[in-house]
Amino acid sequence: MLYALKIATRYLTANKAQTALLVTGVAVGVFIFIFMSALIGGLAEFILSRTVGDISHVTIEAEFDDPPLLISPRGHVLVVAERGRTRTATLTEAATWLPLIEAVPGVKAVSPQITGAGFLTRGAQVAQVSVTGVEPGRESAILDLDGYMVEGEARLGSGLIVLGRELADDLALTIGQTLRVQSANGVTAALTLSGIFDTGNGGMDGARAFTSLSTARTLFAMPQGVTRIEIKLGELNAADATAQRIRAMTGLDAVPWTDGAEQLMEALNAQAQTGYFLKTFALITIVIGVASALLLSTYRRRPEIGIMRAMGAGRRFVIFVFVAQGALIGLMGGVTGAALGYVALLPFPSRDAFEAGTLPMDITQGSYGLAITLTVIGAILASILPARSAARVEPVTAIGQ
Amino acid sequence: MSALLEVRDLFKTYGTGDTATRVLRGLNLRLEAGEMAALLGPSGSGKSTLLTILGTLTKPTSGSFVMLGNDMIAAGDKELTDFRNAHIGFVFQFHNLLPDFTALENVVFPSAVREGRETPAARARGRDLLTRMGLADRINFPTANLSGGQKQRVAVARALMNSPELVLADEPTGNLDRASAMQVMDLIGQINRDEGTTFLISTHDDKIAGLCQRQIVVGDGVVTG
Repeated sequence: MLYALKIATRYLTANKAQTALLVTGVAVGVFIFIFMSALIGGLAEFILSRTVGDISHVTIEAEFDDPPLLISPRGHVLVVAERGRTRTATLTEAATWLPLIEAVPGVKAVSPQITGAGFLTRGAQVAQVSVTGVEPGRESAILDLDGYMVEGEARLGSGLIVLGRELADDLALTIGQTLRVQSANGVTAALTLSGIFDTGNGGMDGARAFTSLSTARTLFAMPQGVTRIEIKLGELNAADATAQRIRAMTGLDAVPWTDGAEQLMEALNAQAQTGYFLKTFALITIVIGVASALLLSTYRRRPEIGIMRAMGAGRRFVIFVFVAQGALIGLMGGVTGAALGYVALLPFPSRDAFEAGTLPMDITQGSYGLAITLTVIGAILASILPARSAARVEPVTAIGQ
Repeated sequence: MSALLEVRDLFKTYGTGDTATRVLRGLNLRLEAGEMAALLGPSGSGKSTLLTILGTLTKPTSGSFVMLGNDMIAAGDKELTDFRNAHIGFVFQFHNLLPDFTALENVVFPSAVREGRETPAARARGRDLLTRMGLADRINFPTANLSGGQKQRVAVARALMNSPELVLADEPTGNLDRASAMQVMDLIGQINRDEGTTFLISTHDDKIAGLCQRQIVVGDGVVTG
């Protein structure tokens, strides 16, 4: 078959212009494939980073224990248990689980938190807030608080509080001023504003307050444990598997971010499907191009095929000559297209530096190897029909042409 | 001399029904090993059809064909292809060389197909054959750069590459000037004498036929003389 490969190569080099045109056509198809892969992949990364980049990827929350139902031995008793809004479930043994969770592969950061509702009061002004107590040093573990600070700093020491810009503006607060925080449990504390953040998310900037874990412990009268553990992962798509692993390991109710994000997942899937369609069409174009070019070559070379057959070349030999041509065209076009795609994607900012108004291309998601492999396979499949047609050439009829 | 091949009651019909054309009508022929025979006859007499059948490129409609003790009618496509490669050489009127290959690559082709590569031994024999054909200085020339006579000599060298017992030549000089035609025939005669290769040469040219030891005349699909 080495000799058949030599003939295939010779046929391709014999007509350089036609081969170059064919390879260019394949390369353009591969270029489109890679461009679409990088665009669709980058767009998905961009959407995910903007929507779930700053939230917990796996969250563990304490489960509420339902009040025990007491039934009189003398008869049935109907008990209606109403959950109080101030009632808080706690993960009392959180400290035990933290090192284990941190050791789970793929876990980037873990943040034990105490959360609850409260009111901010400054003079006559009152605002309802959601208070989150986090461990000092882990302020930016989940939400990149440091990155969003516009005034002061994200330092959450004892007696300090960090607010969103909208909330600070509503209460006309500036750094260093003192305000009163009253929790839903009725505990009141005087805290000093140490930082103001601006995430661009109105819900976050207008209704969230961050304190230290110890301050939150006081506010929500929780001497031990936490209300939730938030976990950040290196890979967003690993959330389901990681949550399952943590559930199996700890018995805690670990919930991945994908729960309740069905609409986002559907949108991303639809986007991915669009990408698959476009890439499939690019591949089909390649296959049709290669098949038609080789079919033409088969007709043009019928007399030569007849001579080869007369000289003792078998049908398999002829098939291999044409399939090898298809494979070589696919390989050359695939590599050229992949190289062009890579070069074309180089000027785009990296995935960590996407900016509004630019195409969120991700050069790492070009699927270069896949593009080359599929192109070679497609070109080989495309060459089968012409190759079979060539193998059917009868020497007697072909030689005289 | 022993029989290289023998055909009996050979019939070949193209088409069916009203459009059927009966080209061979019960032809009988025996060719001895080492013979150099001319195949004569008018156009349409069945010479070319007989050559394609003897060359295993097509099968007769009926009749028997035995070559080197093998039943060529019963053999399948793969067997015939391998047999052709090993035992039969062809020289066509229009040389029919592979245009994108050099003279040496064309000559080596039958061996390379069998071996799966161009072996050093095959290349050495190819060079030797081309030298004997007076083409020592054209060995690595693309065939497109050769004259008609040179191309035909390359075709003769290619036919001899695998040392076949039989070479079938269909009007090998029909497209050449007289000088080139004689040069090609001299080479064929020399190889016939030196290597004992059997030649069956189809021709319209009485002078070419006169250079052969035997003249076989075909008319109306049978051997008439």
